[in-house]
This record gives sequence, C-alpha cells and structure tokens, in this order.
Amino acid sequence: MSEPRPYDDVPGTTVFDERMARKGYHLNQFCMSLMKPENRERFKADNRAYLDEWKMSEDQKQAVIDRDYNKMLSLGGNIYFLAKIFSSDGLSFQYAASTMTGVSEEAYLKMMLAGGRSPDGNRYKSEWEKN
Amino acid sequence: MARITAGVATSHVPAIGRAIDTDQTQADYWKPMFDGFEFSRKWEESEKPDVVFLVYNDHATAFSLDFIPTFAIGVAEDYAVADEGFGPRPVPAVEGHADLAWHIASSVIQQDFDLTVVNKMDVDHGLTVPLSLMFGQPEKWPCKVIPFAVNVVQYPVPSGRRCYNLGKAIRKAIDSFSEDLNVQIWGTGGMSHQLQGPRAGLINQPWDKAFLSDMVDNVARLVSIPPEDYIREAGSEGIELVMWLIMRGALDDQVTELHRHYHVPASNTAIGHLILKNGNNS
Repeated sequence: MSEPRPYDDVPGTTVFDERMARKGYHLNQFCMSLMKPENRERFKADNRAYLDEWKMSEDQKQAVIDRDYNKMLSLGGNIYFLAKIFSSDGLSFQYAASTMTGVSEEAYLKMMLAGGRSPDGNRYKSEWEKN
Repeated sequence: MARITAGVATSHVPAIGRAIDTDQTQADYWKPMFDGFEFSRKWEESEKPDVVFLVYNDHATAFSLDFIPTFAIGVAEDYAVADEGFGPRPVPAVEGHADLAWHIASSVIQQDFDLTVVNKMDVDHGLTVPLSLMFGQPEKWPCKVIPFAVNVVQYPVPSGRRCYNLGKAIRKAIDSFSEDLNVQIWGTGGMSHQLQGPRAGLINQPWDKAFLSDMVDNVARLVSIPPEDYIREAGSEGIELVMWLIMRGALDDQVTELHRHYHVPASNTAIGHLILKNGNNS
C-alpha cells in the first residue's frame, strides 16, 4: 500500500511518481527505443511483432496499438516517453493532447488560442464530480 | 575572474523549434510569440557571452528510466543534437566548456550538492530551443554551453528551495574560476502547461504573471511553493519552473529587469521570458 499524496485530488492528471513508474517501466523503455530510426521502421511495419519483444502487459500493448494515450498513462506511461510514439507517427503534442481531452484537434486548438483551459473549476476532483 | 552577468528565463516547447526549423516564425500563429524575443537576440549580439550555463530538463532523451539523476552536469567537449523521434533538429552541435564545467562540479559537490557528472549525452529541445530563441539560426552557436539537466519528470522532483540554494552554490563556483569569462545562466521550461490527461491544456495566466514579477523581487514566495501547488495551479508540466529558481539563486538578491515577455499559446504552453541583469555588474 502506498501513502496518499497531496496531489492525488488534482483532477484529470496522472503524476508520474513511483506508483506509476513501477507499472510503466517496460512500456516507457519500449517508447525510448523509438528514438532509433531502425526501431521506428520495425515498429511501423508491424506494431504487434515489435511490442511482443518487450516485457509489457497485454493491456499495455493493446493501448499502444490503439494509440489510447489516457489508457497508456493509467498503465504507467509517462507523457515524455509516450511522445516517442506520436512523434514516430508524425503527430504533434497538440494532437496527442486533444485525443486525451476527448475533443477534436480543431476544438483543442481553439481552446488554446482563447487562452487555454482555465484553472477555475479544474483544481480539485470534487469540482469535477459536481458536474 | 569568471562572472555571471545576467540570467535568462525562457520556455522551451518543441513546437517552437519546429516553427524555427520550418520557417514559420512570421506566420500569424507564431509571430507574436517570436516578436517578444527580438529584443533578446539583439541584446545577445551585444552581450557576447563566453559561456551559457543552461539549466533544462531532459525529456526522456539522454536519460531513460534506467538511471534518473536529480541534477546532472555536462562536462564534455561537445554534445550531439538528439533524435527525439522525428530526426535531430537541423541546428549546430553544442560545444561544451569542460574546464569550467569540471570546476563547477568539484565546487558544487564540495558544497554538499550531489551532482551526476556526465561525459556523454545528446541534448534535446529543452536545451536547443532556448539557444535558437536567443541566438537565432547561426551556423555555429556563438558561445560555449554547460548543460545542466534537472529531473522534473520522475517524482519526487527537487523542491524549489533546493533548486534556489543550488543556484547559490553554482554562483559561488563560477565566481571562483580564475579565467576571465562572461557567463550567463539560463533557466528554462514552463510556464503553465499540462500535456497529459483529460485536464491537458491548462493555462493559468494570473499565476504565471505573478511568478514572472516575483522572479524579479519576491523570490522568497516562489521558493516556498510545494510541488502539488505547481501541479494544481500551473499544470502537471508547470513544475519545470523550479529550474528558473536555480538561475535566480545564482544571481544577486537585487537584479535589474531588462526584458519581459509573456504569450499564450505555443502549442499547449504559456511562454514566459525574462532577462535579468546581475546587480553587481552594472
């Protein structure tokens, strides 16, 4: 069992502490391997075959194949490591962020141009549960 | 003697690098952001620093989860530009200052900060984007660089207060180096941003603006901010701002603000930029 942390009540946010890092070690190391062009090619050619070379859980592999970034975060992925996946796909941080917030990239871009997501109503989980 | 003449704070978003590398800086989306650095590039042309001590964070580039140094100082003669998944940025390689870097490592470790000494590492956008913002697109960077990487990825991350005190130790080290060098210290990353999860896109402009102001004359408030407040108020990646406090710690208590710029957005991030002249050297 791990002690509660003072950031556990921040909504919609996964803090990459040791609870996540221990789950996600192999997932994150797989991501890291995509920094080599030859690995990117092999991964692109056959996601499943490349993932099977890593000591990852089936859920983690499926989340990668589905490009489900929220799922990858919940399974211990860290965003800077996961960035290697969408970079290999030729996609931007902005695109990845939009998929995690459940809106289109266009809607997300519009929100950012309007000043971003306000902290008001987004500081505590209790504020999200009310709605 | 070596002396720290100024401190620079700037964000280091990868999309800024891409905008520079693909000639997009005058596009409607980017122009207001880049306009705020015009002063800075001209200022650097006249300042001609010999060395930049560049505080940044590695974004899962040189350091995987195999080894996670809290503070790592580069002591190499040179550093290659990293391939972060889309090929290396088309920018010059980075030349180090091994003599000064080793001197700082020795001095700071003896002042009780346990640095990791790094002989080989590739540098990512965290280091190269600030260089591009401040120096433009030269064939060769106009000064030597000492990369100083801070872990702000794997929790626990160092506190703001520890970063600030480390800055003081770095100051002491640089002040005691016998060669006559004009050294700048840069703190990079921030400002408010969250790149992950359903809360991605969080930006807190009032919080950022207060942080910029207090960097000049109320750093006592900033060093007391706990990590959970950065996460809650400035987004999960807003924690990068502790790196600015290393820069601030290395400057005099009294500084002169030469330039300030704030812009939202660059991709997912609020861009903040400050140039602080060291009080002692005016």
